[in-house]
Amino acid sequence: MSEPLLSIKGVSAFYGSIAALKGIDVEVMPGEIVTIIGANGAGKSTLMMTICGNPQAREGTVTFEGRDITHLPTHEIMRMKIAQSPEGRRIFPRMTVFENLQMGAATAEGGSFDEALAKVFKLFPILEQRRSQRGGTLSGGEQQMLAIGRALMSRPRLLLLDEPSLGLAPLVVRQIFSAIRDLNQREKLTIFLVEQNAFHALKLAHRGYVMVNGRIAMQGTGKELLEKPEVRSAYLEGGR
Amino acid sequence: MSASSAGKSSVVMHALKDALIAGIVAFGLFVLLLGFLADDTLGKLRPLPRPVLLAAAVGIVFVGRFLISLIYYNAAALRVLLGELFVAAFALAKRFRFVLLALMIVLAFVWIYRVPDDWPLVATIIITILFAVWLGLTPALLALAVLFPVAFYSNPYYLGIAIIILTYVMLGWGLNIVVGLAGLLDLGYVAFYAVGAYSYAIIAQAYGWSFWVCLPLAGLFAAFFGVLLGFPVLRLRGDYLAIVTLAFGEIVRIVLLNWISLTNGPNGIGSIPRASFFGIPFTADDDGFAARFGFEFDPTHRTVFLFYLILALALITNWVTIRLRKLPVGRAWEALREDEIAVRSLGINPTNTKLTAFAIGAMFGGFAGAFFATRQGFISPDSFTFPESALILAIVVLGGMGSQIGVAIAAIVMTASFELFREFEQFRLVIFGFAMVGIMIWRPRGLISSREPSVYLKERKTISAEHVAEGHG
Repeated sequence: MSEPLLSIKGVSAFYGSIAALKGIDVEVMPGEIVTIIGANGAGKSTLMMTICGNPQAREGTVTFEGRDITHLPTHEIMRMKIAQSPEGRRIFPRMTVFENLQMGAATAEGGSFDEALAKVFKLFPILEQRRSQRGGTLSGGEQQMLAIGRALMSRPRLLLLDEPSLGLAPLVVRQIFSAIRDLNQREKLTIFLVEQNAFHALKLAHRGYVMVNGRIAMQGTGKELLEKPEVRSAYLEGGR
Repeated sequence: MSASSAGKSSVVMHALKDALIAGIVAFGLFVLLLGFLADDTLGKLRPLPRPVLLAAAVGIVFVGRFLISLIYYNAAALRVLLGELFVAAFALAKRFRFVLLALMIVLAFVWIYRVPDDWPLVATIIITILFAVWLGLTPALLALAVLFPVAFYSNPYYLGIAIIILTYVMLGWGLNIVVGLAGLLDLGYVAFYAVGAYSYAIIAQAYGWSFWVCLPLAGLFAAFFGVLLGFPVLRLRGDYLAIVTLAFGEIVRIVLLNWISLTNGPNGIGSIPRASFFGIPFTADDDGFAARFGFEFDPTHRTVFLFYLILALALITNWVTIRLRKLPVGRAWEALREDEIAVRSLGINPTNTKLTAFAIGAMFGGFAGAFFATRQGFISPDSFTFPESALILAIVVLGGMGSQIGVAIAAIVMTASFELFREFEQFRLVIFGFAMVGIMIWRPRGLISSREPSVYLKERKTISAEHVAEGHG
């Protein structure tokens, strides 16, 4: 069995005195798509942010490629082979698509910029068409593609995606998810995905974790979780 | 047809009635406020009637109200009326556009010819505008700047104002790095201007080094102060940052005021060494500039030299900014302005990014300060008060944050209008305020609000980003 690429052991994180994460254990193996699902306020995004060191974990350790990154500042963590597409996309609205992508490559070491750019444009051809357009003028789906593309420009081994389906039309969501699958299968990119859209996320992921109130309540392969009655009733058929 | 003409006349009548009422109210209000001046020249108080002023005030209200009623409340009717006129005039002008252009050029040259030893400003402005239409704004302004001392050689007053304008252009460009590019609101920029001026004055007096040695030193000192300010404000943003930078500006000024052994306090530093032409002073004796180069001595030589010096310094500031925007650090500044969290998530250290912005912005402020000191020959803390910071910030904001040419135009408009309205004395600030309010209403993102991308695609795409509404406020 190979070493996990990212391993989170007993991590607790606090906002002030309020515990947002209460002893989380998560492992991500190289080449996997791992998803965290859960309701609003369960701590999914906090877990994502804790990996990035903002807030830093008060207890437990976060290890990436065998190196303890628990107490590194955010920008140093993001300089390693980790890239993040943050919640709410957070592209640079007044800068062009091309400049946004350049920013993504700001800390990339080695390898050619053009190659990374060609890969992103192949994955999301619409970005090439929109190349000199400002980020803020893109549609929501295009902005999400730009956010993922920007993250890919640093040639990461691990891609963190925080709610890529947020506020997007179903058709666009399917497009984004198929791009994620592509990245995983063709580029062997490891993906850690935080999602509210449990159905899509679990269908895509190799393994999944269900978070409730800052704890991991369940885990298993995507298929297993999809079939569990608790998961179905809480996250898939809630509206019916 | 008859209905519409009847509509037109009733519109005018209605507006007239409106204006009449406004005029009567204005008369009632102004008759005591403006109509009489309490005069006590002969030892006793008596009212001095001022009918002209009163009539003017009431007249302004009447005409203003008439126009407002006509334009705002009857926009549709008026548009019909004016529209036909405008369309006709425009068609005529378009048909004879070359004749018009030629006529304007001829008029401009006639003007110049009639007053041969002093080109009037109006002619210069007309020619610049024609140039701007023909070749674009940037080359026109550049040509104006380069040729200005040639055209106005015999008018030291204009030259002096042009030097002041260019100083503010440079300060605006320097502050633009901090405010426009990095998005850090700095209300104390004048502190770096002061540090530059005082470092130049003190070093040049104490060691007798030439301007060209002291200039980089002044810039370095100012940059050092930029970092000094940068450290405590790293975590602050928006309003809080503005308050701290405001305080910093005041602290520097108060230190200058009280550190008497170094700065001579409120009395300032006098007889600061003047700039020399690369070692050759601008004096009347045999070693002077005029004698060396075989000219007749003329004090304007120094002014012209100072003009080109500040022009060069400003252009260097501009060039460096443009270059930096294409480098990773400049892009990081702009990204930082857009979204600090995203910048951090891309592995960029926001601390270093902010500090470099503060340091480089401050450095150019310091260069401008050194220039100011050598031009004035005398500096005191009075020159570095808060209104100065506010003026520079206003130039950046009005110019359109981040736009280089916009800042230049704003600096010209602001400084020149300050001179233009000199005779209005304290009302200058009122006009200034009105102008600010007007620009914020009509051009809320500055005179030139579009940001130029730092990288272009070779070909133009059919959809330009300019035509699409941006998805943020």
